[in-house]
Amino acid sequence: MRHLSEEQLIAYQDGESSGRDVATAHINSCAECQAELNRLVEMLAAYQAFPVPDPGEDYGRRVWQQIAPRLAEKRSHWWQVFLEPRRLTAAGLVAALLLVAFLAGRVSKRVRVDHGDAALTAEQVRQRVLLLAVGEHLGRSEMVLMEIANAEPEGATMKQVNLSSQRRRAEELLDENRLYRQTALQEGDTGIATVLDELERVLLDVAHSPGNVTPAQFKSIRQRIDDDGLLFKVRVLTKEIERRENTGKRGPAESGSAKVERNNQA
Amino acid sequence: MNESVESVRAADAIAIERTLAGDRDAFRVLVERHSATIFRLAYRLTGNHHDAEEIVQEAFLRAYQKLEQFASQANFATWVYRIAANYTIDRMRQRKQEDARRQAPSAEMTDDVEQDPLRQIPDAMPSPERLTQSVELRRQMENALQSLTPAERIAFVMRHCDGCGIEEIAAALKSNSSAAKNTVFRAVHKLRQMLEPQFAPRATARAMGTES
Repeated sequence: MRHLSEEQLIAYQDGESSGRDVATAHINSCAECQAELNRLVEMLAAYQAFPVPDPGEDYGRRVWQQIAPRLAEKRSHWWQVFLEPRRLTAAGLVAALLLVAFLAGRVSKRVRVDHGDAALTAEQVRQRVLLLAVGEHLGRSEMVLMEIANAEPEGATMKQVNLSSQRRRAEELLDENRLYRQTALQEGDTGIATVLDELERVLLDVAHSPGNVTPAQFKSIRQRIDDDGLLFKVRVLTKEIERRENTGKRGPAESGSAKVERNNQA
Repeated sequence: MNESVESVRAADAIAIERTLAGDRDAFRVLVERHSATIFRLAYRLTGNHHDAEEIVQEAFLRAYQKLEQFASQANFATWVYRIAANYTIDRMRQRKQEDARRQAPSAEMTDDVEQDPLRQIPDAMPSPERLTQSVELRRQMENALQSLTPAERIAFVMRHCDGCGIEEIAAALKSNSSAAKNTVFRAVHKLRQMLEPQFAPRATARAMGTES
């Protein structure tokens, strides 16, 4: 019986399809090759499990602090690169086209993307990208707001509320929130922009609070969330975005906010 | 809550657009989202915390400088990962040359496995279960990985630790798919040579690819 060569064995482990049936049959009937394969798999598994230190939850922020002073403002006519025909046709994947169309769509409404049977205009692509990003963002924001709403004073003295986890996440959400609000405004989607504007103010409060807040500070933050009906507005907008994503159609620009306001008054 | 691949790409696209429009702080979102992934790659490649952090910073600096070129790419995460891999290769090669110049010719390292690593590994080894938890094994795995050429190390880590496709590896190595595949194979072959006895001694000495 001819054993598998090392090259064949490594290729087999790596999922090589050529001659796979023959190799499988041999491995199943050859204890030595089976053992070799096991040894190979064990070694690769050991490397996959090789411990990598956790850089910490705030690692990204630390990296940003290190590099930010070294980044020059971009003032070039960046959009010209997206209008080069070779760039618009180079990527074959829909995902790539969606991205390119999003980036190019700001300056050229003529960009069209074949997406299944439908051809999307640049405006529609931009709207879809925005909805996707905002939908995810609202989900994470809602979780932070919920946690704050359910937080209680803790410790022996019951004099402090620990919001350090919510504060860290609010800091992260804040940057994204600003980007989405500005993009929504640019797109004329005031429904999204209005809710994000209100959300941003609360996120700012939380992000700037100390890790442990006094009951008075905590009450002030929670009051702000309650007064604005923010949690409710976030949930309504999330539903609205889901609906728009599912229909694939863009509603009237004010539909989101109008619905929020209407529901808020109900 | 884990973000979906699509929503991450959408979020990245918005951050990229705003960065290119002159909002430098928009780039922060990309840095915060992808730094940990690049750190893991860099640490696996260098085995050193400080070096890994330097690679992460350099990768994002380069990504920012080249952001206009991102237009035809589908995935920022893949793109910045590739930038980090390219930079690490250049850096490792440069260091290797510097080390070679400093060392005496007899101790000079080469890209080929001309040393016999098996001689450095003791014959009698404990069970695989114990070995996988062993500090000594980790050290030897680390040494074995570091003894690969920069290209082999990158190719191995990308393929077998991060699950990258051959095309992606080829792009990082600036070579073609066939060469990338060979580089991955060579890396696995060398590591096996250096580490196989640690996992289990062969039951019988036989050359693979031969008759039993």
